[in-house]
Amino acid sequence: MMGAEFVSLSLPPMLIGTLAAIACALPGNFLLLRRQALIGDAISHVVLPGIVAAFLLTGAVATWPMMLGAGGAALVAVLLIEAVRRLGGIEPGAAMGVVFTSMFAAGVLLLELSDTSSVHLDVQHALYGNLESLIWLDGTGWAALSDPQALRALPPELPRMAAVLALVATLTAILWRPLKLSTFDEGFARTLGLPVRGIGLILVVMAAIAAVAAFDAVGSIIVIAMFICPPAAARLMTNRLERQIWWSVGFATLSALLGYVLAGYGPLWLGGRHAVSAAGMIATVSGVILGAAALFGPCRTRS
Amino acid sequence: MLSDALTLQLGYNAALVAVGAGLLGMAAGAVGTFLFLGKRALVSDAVSHATLPGIALAFMVMVVFGGDGRALPGLLLGAALSAGLGLLCVSWLSARTRLGEDAAIGAVLSVFFGAGVVLLTVIQTLGSGRQAGLETFLLGATAGMVRADALVIAIGGALVLALALLLRRPMLMVAFDPGYATAQGMNVRRIELAMMGLAMAITVVGLKIVGLILIVALLIVPPVAARFWSDRSGVVIALAGGIGGISGYGGAAISATAPGLPTGPIIVLLATAIFALSLLAAPRRGVLAIALRRRKVQA
Amino acid sequence: MMLDARLTGDRPIVDAPAALADSPLAIRGLTVAYGGKPAVTSVDVTFRPGRMSAIIGPNGAGKSTLLKAALGIERPVSGTVTCWGKPLARQLARIAYVPQRASVDWDFPTRALDVVLMGLYRELGLLRRVRPAHRETAMACLSRVGMQDLADRQIGQLSGGQQQRVFLARALAQGADLYLLDEPFAGVDAATEKAIIGVLKSLKSEGRTVIAVHHDLSTVAEYFDRVFLMNTRAIAEGPVATAFTADTLHAAYDGRLASTLPGLSNGTPHAE
Repeated sequence: MMGAEFVSLSLPPMLIGTLAAIACALPGNFLLLRRQALIGDAISHVVLPGIVAAFLLTGAVATWPMMLGAGGAALVAVLLIEAVRRLGGIEPGAAMGVVFTSMFAAGVLLLELSDTSSVHLDVQHALYGNLESLIWLDGTGWAALSDPQALRALPPELPRMAAVLALVATLTAILWRPLKLSTFDEGFARTLGLPVRGIGLILVVMAAIAAVAAFDAVGSIIVIAMFICPPAAARLMTNRLERQIWWSVGFATLSALLGYVLAGYGPLWLGGRHAVSAAGMIATVSGVILGAAALFGPCRTRS
Repeated sequence: MLSDALTLQLGYNAALVAVGAGLLGMAAGAVGTFLFLGKRALVSDAVSHATLPGIALAFMVMVVFGGDGRALPGLLLGAALSAGLGLLCVSWLSARTRLGEDAAIGAVLSVFFGAGVVLLTVIQTLGSGRQAGLETFLLGATAGMVRADALVIAIGGALVLALALLLRRPMLMVAFDPGYATAQGMNVRRIELAMMGLAMAITVVGLKIVGLILIVALLIVPPVAARFWSDRSGVVIALAGGIGGISGYGGAAISATAPGLPTGPIIVLLATAIFALSLLAAPRRGVLAIALRRRKVQA
Repeated sequence: MMLDARLTGDRPIVDAPAALADSPLAIRGLTVAYGGKPAVTSVDVTFRPGRMSAIIGPNGAGKSTLLKAALGIERPVSGTVTCWGKPLARQLARIAYVPQRASVDWDFPTRALDVVLMGLYRELGLLRRVRPAHRETAMACLSRVGMQDLADRQIGQLSGGQQQRVFLARALAQGADLYLLDEPFAGVDAATEKAIIGVLKSLKSEGRTVIAVHHDLSTVAEYFDRVFLMNTRAIAEGPVATAFTADTLHAAYDGRLASTLPGLSNGTPHAE
């Protein structure tokens, strides 16, 4: 397991999965505390119409147009939710439900109507991602990690996800105080002169960037699960925000690594011959962690 | 072609599917109104995603016992069981821990769906060559639907609709003022459970036509659209049922006119179109009416 | 059903059985806690039939909580509630409750008349049709609170005082023997306050019992016969003349009213 095969087949997806999980969990903490946990759900549903629109516009399945399309769709969705909520006087949950299901339906319809048989673009791909296929052919052994030539052949998702995580982490660190203040007591933050709405918008944009980068590599299921499960489990472990963040990072990492290992090697241990979906297993593991925290976490109940 | 479809001239099966989808839409609109008015609309999203592991497990169980694995009643039973479990998880997490209902919904939705995907890959790799086709439950498919399936959907939709109308008074009172309902001696928890149970039934019945990702739209969009037209709950329920019914019937009929037109998305987009129209043009609550009133005030 | 068992636990009964059987609301050893913190601590109180009683105490004294627990809306940690000598659950048909205004969704698609019709739920049940007679009953209740002209308004389009009157009309439709009101005069206009107190006094003259959480100390003597003072614990219960005194108020308000106490009769003391 720890040989050359591990470095080329398992190490890159595990790293990418972990980076994606942490990048989603970080903004997820604040969304959870602001009772906006389902924004992540909404954003990951509208990724599909975004990539389909990008494909129809450019005629090719390329990474950057698709990420731009997904990001654009996320932005449109957030604006539409806000518009429906304000113009129609509809409560936020229902407004969200109307917008993201409609956009998802439009995405499926567009996909069915356009000729995508020649390219790899389908609903399942957007949902499950293809973590298992992110292999590193030049990673012939641990030595390859110090070989610049081999490193250049790493799956491009790895540096991209690392960059996005760095961006999200840096933004969280810089905006730590305003984020914390405005999440805890919006009225007070306003009296301090903080741009409360701007901070809320930055948070949503941060979440959208993480979601769009992550869905491409690991699929939407992981994105929704990592936005919510690690921060929720972390909340039940501590009553301090700083510690909650670290717990959530830990839980996200654990989910990604354990989920990948269980999906890849679990069936073999049980006598099976094929691996199961890593994305699904990572989400499942994060759910088990949340279940354990809900049963035994020291701060699980309201006090 | 479309007029043929709308007047049920496309053959017995297509007609049955359209009627089934219409009944399903009516029931979904009516049930969804209680959820929407009680501000619980998105709970149905968790319930619908939570059906996936049940579908996959039911398939495996039926195959183990030598069955076809694709028998619709069996799959729906599995879906109902795991959706019920998901529902219990949502209410347990939001009642017994400090997590809000939104977090509980998101957690159950993603985790159950993830587990379902794991089970689907297990099925894919189990027996060689056994193409389960369970993926059609994600987005629904009316192609290849047999008569018995359409009948299950039509009867299920009609039953749920009847139950929703039977329980409308207590459900409205609980949605409006749970404290008062308790003081009147109602068992609020049981009534909420019945409300969620009906939503679950809609999800399960609608899996085959609309699919589990989009069925939630049928529960949310018609009530939201109907709310624009009336301030009376009875009227809102009836309108939501009507909008849902039109969307279901019309969507199924349109998709029967050409191959490759997916039924679920068309049904949802019809409902969305009615919603957009309501948002803009409804008297009093619509955007145009509000803008006109504002101009009058300023003038 | 579980509630019955909880509320009828075998606690010692201190009052004479006769008084207990008469009392529309008798509370024994009631404790309610929010997240480990007690909001109501072993309260004993026996309300008299046919009287108007005010429940009084500072903010956070657990007045609303006491009312909600007495109705089974909040679950008590311990204690029993009996109404006319029987467990609460068997007497709910004789009790009407007017909640604090803030607790409902004002955008709900329902008219004033529909809200009042909800008070007839026991009679209508699941299926019985709403007949003209039911509508007339509801309209009569609305006119008793002076709201008959606004019966078709959506509930959110009414002013705060008008909304409060609609909720009182809903309780009237129930035709109950015991009326429990949570701050019925909070944030209402003078006309509404007058209308409400008029209805409450007429209920009393019909021999019904009225118990209201009340916070305006300046109107206690004018509106009510009896008071129950509490601050998490029970402080005093009795006729206004004997239970609503400088001493009991001092005890209930932790001396925070000390400066205004001499001016009780003419001032407008505030608990805040």
